[in-house]
Order: sequence, then structure tokens, then C-alpha cells
Amino acid sequence: MTSLINNLLLAFYILIGLFFLAAAIESWRDQTNPVRWGTSLFWFLFAVLFCGGQWLPNEINGGLLLVIALLSLLKQVRVGHIKELSEEVANKTVKRIGNWIFLPSILLAVLALVIAQFTKLGGQVGIGIAAIVSLLVAMILTKSNVKTAYEDTQRMVRSVGSAGILPQLLATLGVVFTASGVGQVTAKAISGLFPVGNHLLGVCLYCVAMALFTAIMGNAFAAFAVITAGIGIPFVVAQGGSAVVVAALGMTSGYCGTLLTPMAANFNTLPVALMEMKDQLGVIKQQFPIAISMLVIQIILMYFLAF
Amino acid sequence: MEYLSLLGVLVIVVGFALGLDTVAVVVIAALVTALVSGIDFVSFLRILGKGFMDNRMVSLFFLTLPTIGILERHGLKKAAVNLIKKMKNLTPGRIFDIYLAIRELAGVFGISLQGHVQFIAPLINPMAQAAGKVNGELTPLEVDQIKGRAAANENFGNFFAQNLFVASSSVLLIASTMKSLGHPVSTSGVALYTVPVAVISYILCLFYNHNFDKKLKQKGKK
Repeated sequence: MTSLINNLLLAFYILIGLFFLAAAIESWRDQTNPVRWGTSLFWFLFAVLFCGGQWLPNEINGGLLLVIALLSLLKQVRVGHIKELSEEVANKTVKRIGNWIFLPSILLAVLALVIAQFTKLGGQVGIGIAAIVSLLVAMILTKSNVKTAYEDTQRMVRSVGSAGILPQLLATLGVVFTASGVGQVTAKAISGLFPVGNHLLGVCLYCVAMALFTAIMGNAFAAFAVITAGIGIPFVVAQGGSAVVVAALGMTSGYCGTLLTPMAANFNTLPVALMEMKDQLGVIKQQFPIAISMLVIQIILMYFLAF
Repeated sequence: MEYLSLLGVLVIVVGFALGLDTVAVVVIAALVTALVSGIDFVSFLRILGKGFMDNRMVSLFFLTLPTIGILERHGLKKAAVNLIKKMKNLTPGRIFDIYLAIRELAGVFGISLQGHVQFIAPLINPMAQAAGKVNGELTPLEVDQIKGRAAANENFGNFFAQNLFVASSSVLLIASTMKSLGHPVSTSGVALYTVPVAVISYILCLFYNHNFDKKLKQKGKK
């Protein structure tokens, strides 16, 4: 079973690599992009990592990531021009199938969950199978052919861009932090200030630190690895707290920080500009009461559910 | 000086806070952390490469992009707009409630919307502004507050519901990070424990938006 799961996962990763390859080809063909060579190389290297990284020495894989970072640092990666979608096609299909257009999305979520819960294949294989089934249903429903599927895949991958690969890079950073002992050092520094062993205090420390760090960085994903290694594990999980409760509520506590910070520009500053609001902090002010209440509620939830 | 290993954390905090290139900041933070902790360069490359390969599951959500792409081409948003347009004769708060419900449902089914651009600015805000005027002209402050509240509801729906979808990048990141920290958790477990958060936040927002309506109404009567 384990080898079947691993082989399936490897096949899915190679498939993702092929998506990146499509993005590389189409980025290179985009003559309007002044940095098309860099952008194309950026996606090509990810394609190599996902299709071939399995068989390459990890030193090489790490080196490829350094090149990717360098390309990004030197501003050689840009989305470029992405073809507008035709209103006509959208109107025609919606008229024909109406709300059935939601079916593939619903199928995707439900099937992934069902496979995760009721088979031994696990959650990740579930996502892969659900994605493929829902894609086929979507293609039949919208009468799309392989060419449009290719077109839509490269369009989506390119427009998601480096933001899409960021979560995996942040998880990788977490591994480097663990290897370097960042978690232990943070835990030591904080346990010098607060006693370890008090459940409620540990939960408060973890949730507030998640919100605070997220507010400073504007990104809960980046805060998660650091704060969970440094505070969540030693102060809550090691004290007998359930890891899944701590992890789930820890991340959403971080989101309370996102709601409070102008650093999360996409969420809190973009709408100010978009709607020409007078008050720069107008969105954050409207979010403040809910963010604080939800942080308190999640501390209470974590305390009672984890222990 | 073991505290030197926190230098990487500082790089992340400062880099993200200054809005520098995120991909580069993350890799530089990793490099700095490893080097000051006494890990040599080649070992660093090996840890980095292995860490990336071991965390490929975080990027599994890319597999869902072709489906979403095809649906978008064929009017996924149009269909959602049609649903929202059916709301008539509502107060601003009720419009926000309904949008929030749709937004959370979309999250459950893995449809990630760029809500501000696609729904809030062009649709929800104008509808709420129009609904707000029923009780008399709005002051400039109230106009601003309605805009802010519209954007806030998009963010509430996005953040408190996204972890309900097992294939969302956040759930995958949680599972992958917990695995490397030595405390593996299942993706469906994470989604399950997000349910109370989503339900409680929705109820809280219902009261919050209702209160908003009440305040607008009181001012209208003066």
C-alpha cells in the first residue's frame, strides 16, 4: 500500500512538473515580456525539480533553488501577458448549463474528503485523484478539448506565479530552521520569561505569538513554522496538547494577525486603493473587533479541545 | 552564541515587512540561518534540496488549477454574480451576510476567489451603498465605512473558511510542517478542527453586520 501511495504521489508530482513546463514554454513564447528568458527559466527549473528532482542528488536540487531565488531577486521573473478570457464563451456556457458549473468544484472537494476518510490511500492521493476526476467532468460539462485544458493550465499556473510556490518554500525554510535548532533557541528564550507546563499560559503564548508575528510579517504561512517550532510544540504539544488541534487553530490565530496589519497589503490595502477609500486603515478598523474576538475565542477553543 | 541562529528569523521579519522579493527573502533567510548555525555550504544545499523535495505535497493544490481554469473560462464568476444579483431590497448588513455565506461555501469547495477585485469593488460595495441610501443620504464617513465593511467581510470569509478545504495550500502547509516537526497530523483533521472556527466566526459576523445596519438606521432617522 505504501509503495502504491508513493508511486501515485510521484506521478502527481511529475504531472505538476509538466504544468510548470507548460508555463515555461508559454512564458518563453510571450514576446511582450521583457524578461521572458528569466521567467521561462524560473518555471523550467521548477519543472526539473518536480519531474526529475527525485533522481537528482539533493545538493543539486538545493543549488537549483538558489538559482531560482537569484532570478527572483534580480527581478527576472514577471507574469507577462495573459490572454483575456472571452465574455462570449462565459455567457454561452452559463446560459446552457447554469449552476451546474459549480459541480466540478463541489466534486473536487467532496471526492478529496471521501478518499481521505474512507480509503487507505490518504489525503494527498485523494487530492490528486479528485483533481483528475473533476477535470474530466469539467471538460465534458464545458465541452473543452485537451488544447483548451493546456491553455487554461498554463494560464492559471502563470497567473498564480511565484506566490503559488511560496508555501512550499516556507515549509522548506521550516526544515532548515529545525536543522539549525531555531525552535530550541526560541523555546529556551521564551521559557526564560515564562514557565513551561501551564496549559492555559502555553496556549495563550502560542496563539498571541502567531497573531503578533503574522501581523509583523504580513504572512501567517511564514510565521507558522517558526512559532509552532519555537512555542507551539514545546509549550503546548509537548505538554500533552493534541497536535492537530494546535496546528489547525494556530494557523487561524495567525489569520487574526493578518486582519490587523497593513503589511498584508493584498487584503487590507488593495481594497482601500480599489474603492478609493479616504481612510487608509478603514478596512483594518472594520476588522478589528472580529479579529480580537476570534483570537480570544480560539484561545478558549484550543485550551478545551487540545487537552 | 546560539542566539545567532535567530538571525534568519530576523531576515524573514524584516524582508517581509519591507515587502522585498518574497522568494529571495525565504531562501536568503534559510542560507543565513544555516551558515550562522555552523552548517557548511554544501550541507546547506543538501538540507535545502531535501527539505524542498520532502515538502512537495504542499504544492499538490496546483493539480486543481486546470479545473478551476476551465470553469473560469466558462463563466464560473458569471454564475456566482447571478446568484448574488438575486438579492434585492436588502440592508447593507444582510448583503454582507449573504456574500459571506457564499464566500465561505466557495472556500469549502476550494474555489479561491480574488474577492476584492472580482466581487467587492465592482458588485458588493455598490449594492451595499445603494441599500444604505434607503434611509436617506449617506455621510462621507458612512460611505467609507460601508466600503471598509464590504472588504472586511471578504477577508473574514477567506480566512476563517479556507482551511475547510483539504487541498488548500494552507492545510497542506500545516500538515507538511507538522510532519517535519515530528508531529504528523492529517489534512482532514485540520479541516475538521477548522469547522468550529468557521461556524463561530460566521455567527459573530451576523451580529456584527446586524449592528452595523442598526447604526446606519439610527443616523438616518435624525
